[in-house]
Amino acid sequence: MNNNYRLEVKDGVLETMAAFLRRLLEGGMVDALLVPVRTPTGDNVVQTLITDPTMLGNVDPVAPVLPVNSARLVSDLTATGAVGRLGAVLRSCEVRALIELVKLKQASLDNVVLIGVDCLGTYEMNDYAELTAGSNGNLSTDLLAQAKEGHIAPHEGHQFRVACQMCEQPVPQGVDLALGLIGLDTAREILITASDELAEKLDLSPAEVPAARQEAVDALVAERTAERDRRFAEIRQRVVDMPSLLAEFSRCIRCHNCMVACPVCYCKECIFHTATFDHASAQYFRWATRKGSIRMPTDTLIFQLTRLNHMATSCVGCGMCESACPNDLPVATIFRAVGEKVQALFDYVPGRSLEEELPVATFREDELTSLGERE
Amino acid sequence: MDDFEPRIIAFLCNWCTYAGADLAGTSRIQYPPNIHIIRLMCSGALDVTYVLKALLEGADGVLIGGCHPGDCHYQNGNYKARRRVGILKSILEQMGFDDDRVWLRWISASEGQYFADTVKEMVASLKEKGPNPLRELGGT
Repeated sequence: MNNNYRLEVKDGVLETMAAFLRRLLEGGMVDALLVPVRTPTGDNVVQTLITDPTMLGNVDPVAPVLPVNSARLVSDLTATGAVGRLGAVLRSCEVRALIELVKLKQASLDNVVLIGVDCLGTYEMNDYAELTAGSNGNLSTDLLAQAKEGHIAPHEGHQFRVACQMCEQPVPQGVDLALGLIGLDTAREILITASDELAEKLDLSPAEVPAARQEAVDALVAERTAERDRRFAEIRQRVVDMPSLLAEFSRCIRCHNCMVACPVCYCKECIFHTATFDHASAQYFRWATRKGSIRMPTDTLIFQLTRLNHMATSCVGCGMCESACPNDLPVATIFRAVGEKVQALFDYVPGRSLEEELPVATFREDELTSLGERE
Repeated sequence: MDDFEPRIIAFLCNWCTYAGADLAGTSRIQYPPNIHIIRLMCSGALDVTYVLKALLEGADGVLIGGCHPGDCHYQNGNYKARRRVGILKSILEQMGFDDDRVWLRWISASEGQYFADTVKEMVASLKEKGPNPLRELGGT
């Protein structure tokens, strides 16, 4: 059972977070921390594995940028068994992806302290670099100043990533330790949610959740949910038949970027990298002869539809696919919109719980009974 | 469209539906020749990418045949296939593709007549629908 505690902020919220994380390392609660750190160039913030507490100076877990979904990194660090205790500082979509990866047996939480941080939204990496170049202040603290009200506007002239604009789960669930920011006056305090054991080790003082917290979270979620539904409706209106489906993906060049960026597209031997899709010259000529013409590169739509079929049940909506797409295909919106209905078939919410079995790994005898029977 | 003859790709499990098709043959039960059968060891072994491939290449329909629920040679492959087909049909429907072109049917090794009837029904249904619209639209 996790309880709430208050962490007083002195000398800046990011500094307080760094000091707090430092206590985890120095107190021996973790052997290494995976945490977002500003690069020396200042134009990016990247996950960094830290064992030396003095290296925590440029920690920025709130930075509005997400170069990769870190669930992948935790997989790298734990899939074959973590040799030390890892503290992983993650956003909500990263936690959800990680839970899916654990269920897919691509990561393990056995030796992991999951540290979740409220997410205020992220920019595309290039936007983040551009914004930092043109800003004297700190983008994180700019956004944190708005977190109290639960209405977080992006910097002028920029938009959050599409996935973030429609993210209705900014607060991570199912973590060992949570740093709450939304609805708090982060110039004064941070809300910590932790187990009694961790709280005792960290000498945290119990606190009530401020009333403004839930209100602010609700307000943010409502705003994002409305944007999500608007985008879902738009895409559902647009893709209605074969010509519109072809139009939607007409800019796909099958570069596989979306697949590489996707945290839960995990297959070591992806079918699109096997001989199945490695066609001989004669095959292309045969197709072209039969149909008169074929679009090159081939297999773009089958790639997208297969990925949808393989992925839709586990899509956590982090939108890394869309960020990775060189041609700005709205893949995040499509995958989320399609995923929503597919997940509903099995009352499954990806990333919600380790207890719920992956839909494609299990079944119920009494479901979908009309399928397979004569009408 | 009177002369339209639908092309159906069928993925049939070795133990039930394929044997059912075999029985239809050895029993000399007539059914339309529109169906092209691919034998699998189990309906649960079907990766939907092959169903998609058939549809995107212009097949007018895809039939997936497995053992009746509870009768799977591998305990529960057909239940897993049912989930995958459920997912596939939901995705096809959402992506603007007529998911009624994909049929899942449980047909046992003793149901030769039912197999033949299923093929007849499917051909009739697809004749009503007309050709796969992708044929007109060219390649994907």
